[in-house]
Amino acid sequence: MRTFFLILFLVLLLAFGRGDNTAAGWPLHFGFGRIATTKEIAALNISIRPDGKGLPAGSGTVREGRAIYLMKCAACHGSTGVEGPQARLVAPMGDTTRAKAIGNYWPYATTLFDYTRRAMPYNAPGSLSAGEVYSLTAFLLYANKIIDSEKVINAASLPQVVMPAKKFFVTDDRRGGPEIR
Amino acid sequence: MNKKISRRKLLWGAATAASVALIRTVTGQSIHAAVPDPTKMPGPLPGPVGKRSPFEHPVRKPSDISSRSPLQDLYGMITPSDLHFERHHAGIPAIDPHQYELLIHGMVDRPTVFTLADLRRFPALSRICFIECSGNFRTGKETMTPQDICGLTSQSEWTGVLLSTLFREVGVHPKATWFLAEGSDAAVMTRSIPVSKGWDDAMIVYGQNGEAIRPEQGYPARLLLPGWEGNTSVKWIRRIELSDQPFMTREETSKYTEPIKDGKIRQFSFEIDARSIITFPAWPVQLEKGWIEIRGLAWSGRGKIKRVEVSVDTGKTWLPARLQEPVLDKAHVCFRYLWNWRGEETEILSRAIDETGYIQPTLGQLVKARGVDMGGYHLNPVTAWRIRRDGAVLFKPENWK
Repeated sequence: MRTFFLILFLVLLLAFGRGDNTAAGWPLHFGFGRIATTKEIAALNISIRPDGKGLPAGSGTVREGRAIYLMKCAACHGSTGVEGPQARLVAPMGDTTRAKAIGNYWPYATTLFDYTRRAMPYNAPGSLSAGEVYSLTAFLLYANKIIDSEKVINAASLPQVVMPAKKFFVTDDRRGGPEIR
Repeated sequence: MNKKISRRKLLWGAATAASVALIRTVTGQSIHAAVPDPTKMPGPLPGPVGKRSPFEHPVRKPSDISSRSPLQDLYGMITPSDLHFERHHAGIPAIDPHQYELLIHGMVDRPTVFTLADLRRFPALSRICFIECSGNFRTGKETMTPQDICGLTSQSEWTGVLLSTLFREVGVHPKATWFLAEGSDAAVMTRSIPVSKGWDDAMIVYGQNGEAIRPEQGYPARLLLPGWEGNTSVKWIRRIELSDQPFMTREETSKYTEPIKDGKIRQFSFEIDARSIITFPAWPVQLEKGWIEIRGLAWSGRGKIKRVEVSVDTGKTWLPARLQEPVLDKAHVCFRYLWNWRGEETEILSRAIDETGYIQPTLGQLVKARGVDMGGYHLNPVTAWRIRRDGAVLFKPENWK
């Protein structure tokens, strides 16, 4: 009897056991790679969603942002954010420029924090503290006439900032077929 | 004595030296000198890595942010890896393949880190497809080559693992609808991608045309989204985060979006619509009367090219071109059309039709659909080459602003 159950167990193990083949000879899991620890995920995960998820602690002001901007950003973007030589950052909605800047084109304020923290300054990406990035974000939103000069920008206030260009964005509706869109 | 030895040495030396004789070109490159009669002198011995003939000089055309493939200098549908176009946002990162890791986390059952060796252990797949930058249309003057007009498209055989295999491995949550793909370049570039593309045909690739991916193309591993605008095929990929919403990164909001009619801005325009370009004859080619095989490339991000039509009478009549087999899904296909040019002034054009029934539009049709303020992304107009009586071939620039 014991032998019978042992054999039955082995047969079932073969049929349904962990990592066993599907009909196509493809296992449910290969078991390659290692489980990521919470700590290593936290170290890499710098993404920020439009609802503010992912924004770090800290805060910034327009005043501090202006000082950091003049020191670390103005050489490429111009002292008021319009002169270049690199991308123009300042163009309040309604400005006559054709340039796509923060005020007249960017649909989400959180993107400003995310991109600045990831990629700026160009010659030293990833070097700014959370507070510095919040301050720069505040200054650029102010320069684009989106917030007033006293507004403090942090994880709670940034996702609340409504960007003027957001209302223009629509999802791609090209679908192939004979119609040109 | 001295003289005799040196004479013998000289003869032997001349024979061996001639076989590997180098001359310096105007650009400072050392190349093999041509020998007057190669049948009268042994050539160089086998070596570890091959080189192009010193008579061939296909080159990309670099700017600060990209470099363009020399479409007019290529044969067949594969772009040599070192001529694949480049577009990157903060230079090419140097990544040690032994240190490389890909993290997949977020809405998954088992957040997992894969090394390059792990990725290579999974069942592999190779597919030939194009990658095209969505900002791939330049116009404005007659003296432009196919490379100048639309050199930000290239095609390779890519090898790697299907993203769906990795999705199953980590147990992607059924409610996950988007994922973030993040590169490890100095821009830490990110794009949000619908999960459905991950289940459909997305890959993590480590091989390109039979060897490891080139650094410019994402070494040691990149995302590959067949048929979608090149920017979404995130290079040097280090992290994939499953989510239930897009992240609205810079590259999908302030860039890679295009103004259309009524002040609207189109976002998440992923698919590359069907397109073609005549790569021969093209400026600066000088034509002679007689038989000319018109040659070009056609492609669609929505499936297979069904037909390519060529007009040699300024668009009045269109006739089908021959397509070179195999015609692959979301891939460049070569087309050819035999034409007897009798010296008349005319314009030659091509248009691609894909399996969805989409017909490559004219610039006028695009302007009509999107308005005069349309943005510069996803422009795929029919392009014309003017043939002058003297045999000169000139690009026909069309402006819409």
